[in-house]
Amino acid sequence: MSATLEATANQKKTFGKSTREVPHHSQKASKWYPAEDEAQHKKVRKSIRTSAPRSTLTPGAVLILLAGRFRGKRVVLLSNLPQGVLLVTGPFKVNGVPLRRVNARYVIATSYKIDLAGLDSKKIEEVSAEGYFTADKAEKKKGEEAFFKQGEKPEKKKPSSSRAADQKAVDKALLATIKKEPFLISYLSSTFSLRKGDRPHEMVW
Amino acid sequence: MGDAEIKASSWRLVEVGRVCLIHGGPSDGKLATIVEIIDHKRALVDGPATDTKIAVPRQSIALAQLILTPLVLEKLPRAARTGVVAAAWKKADIEAKWQESAWAKKRTQKERRRALTDFERFKVMRLKKQARFEVRKSLAKVKASA
Repeated sequence: MSATLEATANQKKTFGKSTREVPHHSQKASKWYPAEDEAQHKKVRKSIRTSAPRSTLTPGAVLILLAGRFRGKRVVLLSNLPQGVLLVTGPFKVNGVPLRRVNARYVIATSYKIDLAGLDSKKIEEVSAEGYFTADKAEKKKGEEAFFKQGEKPEKKKPSSSRAADQKAVDKALLATIKKEPFLISYLSSTFSLRKGDRPHEMVW
Repeated sequence: MGDAEIKASSWRLVEVGRVCLIHGGPSDGKLATIVEIIDHKRALVDGPATDTKIAVPRQSIALAQLILTPLVLEKLPRAARTGVVAAAWKKADIEAKWQESAWAKKRTQKERRRALTDFERFKVMRLKKQARFEVRKSLAKVKASA
């Protein structure tokens, strides 16, 4: 930056006996106007806003997942992450849904709320921290080696033991409260689906 | 030729004093009695029930919007005013009779079921299953012993 400033700075020039400061030639006014107008960039008038979750999406609410691998499952909402993402858990032992991030748009919130008291809030914070779900991506072998390995069976993904431990830690207190309410465990383990004559827009959740 | 026995039909008639359930329109689900038959399509009805859920103000209404109930206010004079209708309504104990009827009970049950939440619907399903199981079990027992 400073180099360009120096390059375009005024220069002292001697004319006979006197010296004068002469502006750099790039700083002088152009002798003609440009024939064509210079294109102006459009100003972006959008901004990234913080997303406000729906009023029904309070932690502890039982949700019905509508899309993805676990569609139809009833899960428990743990917390709202930024940009309309929800942190949910099955609990894993009840319906096989692990700690997972879910798009708030693809979810029906039911009016039933599970008390989250006694849950390890530190653990939930740790799980909802950025990078928890994405961090450990193993480096993929590239190039020749990978090409020749195509015929072989790919290694099976294994759940990392720390994730399994986190799952247990979060679900433990949750399971205790769930067991107190009759029918709740079987409710969470059952899947939702539309039957004949069901009108989801007219149903009360 | 044998003697033909002639009896009056036991149909529910559109008649003055007939209690009707209003079906459709702004006063859907209300209970009213016919006070006057205006023409072949419309009647003047009045529903002076004390329960505001089924009460309806005096109005002319299309017969297509009325479902006739078996209840009748006997000997209601034609074009009786609201006070007279209300007195007859009370004397005949229409509201209690209506609430006791299987028809009204089914309607309230339907309404209640519609307002259930997802978890409550699930519980109803499970309890119904349990009840059904018990019934079948006892039936099987009876069949086995017979």
